[in-house]
Amino acid sequence: MFVTISPKRLRREFVRKIKELSGQNLQLCYQCGMCSGNCPAASNMDISPRRIIELARLGLEEEIANSKTVWICASCLACTVNCPRGFDLSKVMEAIRLLTLRKNIDHVRPEDISPQERCELPQIAMVSGLRKFTG
Amino acid sequence: MSLAYYPGCTLKTKARNLEEPAVASMEVLGFKLDEVPRWNCCGAVYSLAEDDLIHQVAPVRNLIRAKEQGNDELVTLCAFCFNTLKRANLLMKEDAEKRNTLNSFMSEEVDYSGEVKVVHLLEVLRDDIGWEALAQKVKLPLRGLKAAPYYGCTLLRPREIAIDSIENPTILAEFLKALGASPVDFPESTRCCGSYQVISSPDDISEYARPILNSALSHGVEALVLTCPLCDYNLAWGQKELMKKQSGFTGIPLFYFTQLLAIALGLGPQVCHFELNYGSPESLLRERNLLS
Repeated sequence: MFVTISPKRLRREFVRKIKELSGQNLQLCYQCGMCSGNCPAASNMDISPRRIIELARLGLEEEIANSKTVWICASCLACTVNCPRGFDLSKVMEAIRLLTLRKNIDHVRPEDISPQERCELPQIAMVSGLRKFTG
Repeated sequence: MSLAYYPGCTLKTKARNLEEPAVASMEVLGFKLDEVPRWNCCGAVYSLAEDDLIHQVAPVRNLIRAKEQGNDELVTLCAFCFNTLKRANLLMKEDAEKRNTLNSFMSEEVDYSGEVKVVHLLEVLRDDIGWEALAQKVKLPLRGLKAAPYYGCTLLRPREIAIDSIENPTILAEFLKALGASPVDFPESTRCCGSYQVISSPDDISEYARPILNSALSHGVEALVLTCPLCDYNLAWGQKELMKKQSGFTGIPLFYFTQLLAIALGLGPQVCHFELNYGSPESLLRERNLLS
């Protein structure tokens, strides 16, 4: 993926909010790709976990907002425990999701889950899914 | 001996086949799992955002319930609840500012600062009972059963709350050995099953399950041994889909570790609620003369 980097495209407020919500120092990452290599869902993602960090610190809000990556992340923490820099990517993924969800834009509508599925799903699936995908 | 116990919502409904064999087995082993009074939903997932303290209230209230009863340990069984409660406990122990905010917010409760130790039932079996003592209680050894531990995510990640080595966990294999089974090691035993993605992308769940199940099958695994109701749901759902998509895919019976514990202790199928399992895993046990 080709991206244009320029001061004009840098969304400082976006970077500040990600840092504040995640508590992570985005500059820690040295782009080794252990996160992408260990992610069980990376092949479904349009932007790899490693690139999400790079785009986030460059303030490229639009690229991240148009990507489905953060909605595919299952917070399994395979990235977190394998990062040689002690960077917790799961918290950055959460911060990016929350920037959307807190605008009252839900990723999942409970009413779209069929009554049969609602009946069959274990409670931890419903509670965790709705916690992660609704504001 | 009585142990303070937090069951969580799923174990009271969909996963009675995880809880009931555990309660019965622990009685045989001399322990009573004593539910903490007025427990509430733990929230299922730990809040990852720095400013999201309101979602810490639910798990911390459960820890306070345990403290009020004079307990210094709280036993959990659901892998999701274990993760959420243990991480919330760590936050209360280590982050003074957030601890003060949460204690002030819950002014009707006693102050809490992480005094209760959150443990998983597997840790009780390993650390309080011990594998040798457990093996001595076995009445019906699961001889020759090639069962593979499937750990999933939440008992092992993040590192600070792991019940065993995150790279090379052995706790479930040691447990199975104590029951007389022949545990099989396979490389995808800690790979994520897709978790709550089943809510937003149910069609992708079989693709999460595929590498796990294929790897297990290629290692000669006869049954997977689980600790988490969501892993159970996703691996069952994934199998159903893979039967349609992948020619020659045979599927693998799924058991909760507590069901195998109850069978090995001679409690019989009546406490195991196999009717709640996917497929009919008990037929494998019947083949091995492990069911009366």
